Amino acid sequence: MKPQEIVERVLAGPGGAGRAVLVTQTSEAVLRWANSTMTTNGHTTAQDVAVVALEAVDGGTAVGVVATGAPLRDAATVDDLVAAARRAAHDAGPARDVAPLPEPGADDATWLDGPAETSIGVFARLVDGLAGVLDSPQRHYGFASHELSTVWLGTSTGVRRRWVQPTGSIELNVKTPQLDGSAWTGMSTADFTDVDVVALAADATARLDWGRRRVSLPAGRYETLLPPSAVSDFLLMLAWSMGGRPAQEGRSALAGPDGPRVGERLTDRPLTLASDPAAPGLEYAPFVTVLQSGDGMSVFDNGAPARRVEWLRDGVVAELAYSRPEAAEFGTVFAPPGDNLLLTGGSAASLDEMVARTRRGLLLTCLWYIREVDPATLLLTGLTRDGVYLVENGEVVAEIDHNFRFNHSPLDIVRQATEVGATERTLPREWKDWFTRVAMPPMRVPEFNMSSVSPSR
Amino acid sequence: MTDRIDPDRIDPDRIDSAFRALPLARLADAALGRARELGAEHADVRVERIVSQSVHLRDAGVTGVVDATTEGLAVRVVVDGAWGFASHVDLTPERAAATAERAVDVARALAPLARERVERADEPVHAGVEWCSVYVVDPFTVPLGEKVALLADRSGRLLATGVDHVEAGLAVVRENKFYADLAGTSTLQQRVRTAPSFSATIVDPDGGGFETMSSVAPPAARGWEYLTGTGWDWDTELARLPEWLAEKAAAPPVEPGRYDLVIDPSNLWLTIHESVGHATEYDRAIGYEAAYAGTSFATPDQLGSLRYGSPLMHVTGDRTHPHGLATIGFDDDGVATSQWDLVRDGILVGYQLDRTFAPRLRLARSNGCAFADSPHHVPLQRMANVSLQPDTVADRSTDDLIAGVDDGIYVVGDRSWSIDMQRANFQFTGQRFFRIRGGRLAGQLRDVAYQALTTEFWGSLDGLGGPSTWQVFGAMNCGKAQPGQSAAVGHGCPSALFRQVNVLNTTTEAS
Repeated sequence: MKPQEIVERVLAGPGGAGRAVLVTQTSEAVLRWANSTMTTNGHTTAQDVAVVALEAVDGGTAVGVVATGAPLRDAATVDDLVAAARRAAHDAGPARDVAPLPEPGADDATWLDGPAETSIGVFARLVDGLAGVLDSPQRHYGFASHELSTVWLGTSTGVRRRWVQPTGSIELNVKTPQLDGSAWTGMSTADFTDVDVVALAADATARLDWGRRRVSLPAGRYETLLPPSAVSDFLLMLAWSMGGRPAQEGRSALAGPDGPRVGERLTDRPLTLASDPAAPGLEYAPFVTVLQSGDGMSVFDNGAPARRVEWLRDGVVAELAYSRPEAAEFGTVFAPPGDNLLLTGGSAASLDEMVARTRRGLLLTCLWYIREVDPATLLLTGLTRDGVYLVENGEVVAEIDHNFRFNHSPLDIVRQATEVGATERTLPREWKDWFTRVAMPPMRVPEFNMSSVSPSR
Repeated sequence: MTDRIDPDRIDPDRIDSAFRALPLARLADAALGRARELGAEHADVRVERIVSQSVHLRDAGVTGVVDATTEGLAVRVVVDGAWGFASHVDLTPERAAATAERAVDVARALAPLARERVERADEPVHAGVEWCSVYVVDPFTVPLGEKVALLADRSGRLLATGVDHVEAGLAVVRENKFYADLAGTSTLQQRVRTAPSFSATIVDPDGGGFETMSSVAPPAARGWEYLTGTGWDWDTELARLPEWLAEKAAAPPVEPGRYDLVIDPSNLWLTIHESVGHATEYDRAIGYEAAYAGTSFATPDQLGSLRYGSPLMHVTGDRTHPHGLATIGFDDDGVATSQWDLVRDGILVGYQLDRTFAPRLRLARSNGCAFADSPHHVPLQRMANVSLQPDTVADRSTDDLIAGVDDGIYVVGDRSWSIDMQRANFQFTGQRFFRIRGGRLAGQLRDVAYQALTTEFWGSLDGLGGPSTWQVFGAMNCGKAQPGQSAAVGHGCPSALFRQVNVLNTTTEAS
């Protein structure tokens, strides 16, 4: 059955208290290489159909969600899926978050279109360039992924929305032949037409040259230049911690003695942290899809228009994430989490320019294995990775011959930054599996806490 | 710990009849036949159905119930010495053949970039074998309403003690795999796993602080019986959780420094997972994960010589323990699973392998660690159950170990974890930290994290609990590879004593 036929069949049956259906077709091509040779490559095609059934039960409205990746060949299998979702709702009992499903706006003109598909051919130019890169003396490791995900959302209130989400990224990790030096670079892309793998490899290889002089430094607090990738990994953790309910209930770092810390100034710098479905080049679906309710999201929001949400505005905590039912419960506005994140409000300075005006400090490449240590302060721990460099008198003078474990809060990154540069599109090294649409500036943090030395390279 | 799988307890008749009814042999014939026609040196096909259910309650009210099914077929080939892989959701012979063609196309397209030919270790043919994990009650036969009622009841009991918030959850999975390859192996398998979770939070309305504590019960390769008293004493743990939580909230902060640590299996499993489990994955050790999950300090040139830890350290890999989350009869290379040594007498002696990597160590056979988490992902070398063996001479209890510490900390339950990309520098927190003074527990501490280098930490191992302290813990969602794959893995361990480990105060770290 075609996706649109599945949607209409799901919505055609007895209605209960409402229904939503999400059909997602995903086409993905991947390349992976290690030790300068290809390892695991492939092309996959998958479809998921999820039915959200709302049912009137004693005490309120119940929700059942049943999703399947199995093919739905006929109306009977669709009916079975609906029946399973309805049964699940009745078994689950009344839901905590209840609101009317959103009313439709204008239908998408592409509603009747089929799925977008990629193929291994999307990498044709990349493969040509990569052949030469893999023959270079350095050891090369990396991954390229291109996914086209087409979603069709229908609801019993009449919403019919379709969206094609392109998600692509490439990462290159280049090591010296002796494996005693390592550099990394990566970028996100919609279609790989903007990827120059030869240039990316040359950039990473050039940074290996900084390792011709190596020094050791003890653990301690250092002035540190965080490149956009490292900033994005920190601030994604901040954005994911900006749930309204936990702050209302006193169980988050954004909770204060008098309630959520909305309105609290973190910095005098005019920094704005936002998610925006219309951000050029980083667009995401202009409508909300949710398959499981949680803090800041509700299955009752399916089909609601997405909007720009400014988590920080001009250095002040501005909004927290609220689903529509939560917004009603707490007397505030609907603020859906988004699928991109942008930090703006810095200067026009590039990272190179910030290096040039550094008397003494550390320049990082990226971060790894970031985990929350203390939810009350949003203290995070993690590691530097693939290149920590010593900057003196405006120049990189050496590579640090080890990595550091850090302990620092993203709230303090924002509070303490003494310089914020120009925002650029970047790839979060840690969180790219879940989040690639990011634009961040480089930041200078005066006393970044390098808690201990990692001997790993 | 001697509770190995008894073949008599494996009941293949329990394999889901709907999965068994799929045209598995015809799909295999179509895919493998087409791959052979197109010149594949090797081809295997997997047909999988993974059924999962998650239930979540907040403060005893349902916030989410999701049932999900992943289904499809995957074809993997070696053509001209290069891998190719493709998958599809349609389970028809025609689509199986077409998927084999796509896998061959991928291999041929990328063969020019392959700098190494794929070589695979031999394995006896296992034709028509079936295997099913050990459980009593298939959790999918239990009505959802019964699951919700149980979680709500336990949430309600916690709330009745005065805690401010309770989160409760349950995830259950039933995984069916059919595998066949050109050599003639065909296996049909089923695994079940269950992961309950409970956490309680208290909020200080005056001071503005809050504290959360979770059950330390692990996910388990068990059925619904795990929720009702087999394998975990829920009533006792949940009854004590509020008092432990209140004590922790009022506990003094730890003074940073070096302490002797007695680490409970509920915490130590995760340290084993990160510092031994991942470090002894052969693909990591030779760079296959270098750009992503990382490599390992435990490189193959040190096999047989690397001093990993104290002579007390004996770590095994297995995929055979009846309730280990990585346990299965045959891996995704068609290899019969087993148990073997990774670290013996403190020395690195083994790795986790698949059929591609075994020949590199001049081993005749793989030890069965190939796994793909979905029909849409390619099999990789994934983690076995990696377990620290207990002291089999003296069955010392956890209290016995604590009695041997004059000034230290007893660590219970896992919480925050992080380790570097070569598995050397790590930092862990926990659920509860009890001060040890003069061989006795002396109340809880707060804001504790321990930080060490792997070989330094394991070198400080100075005491092992006996078999009576040995428990299997584990995780449902160990991540690895690109595209990312999630695997369930178990870790057995006893309580253990480590001397003079570096302890941090997390509040000081944040200031």
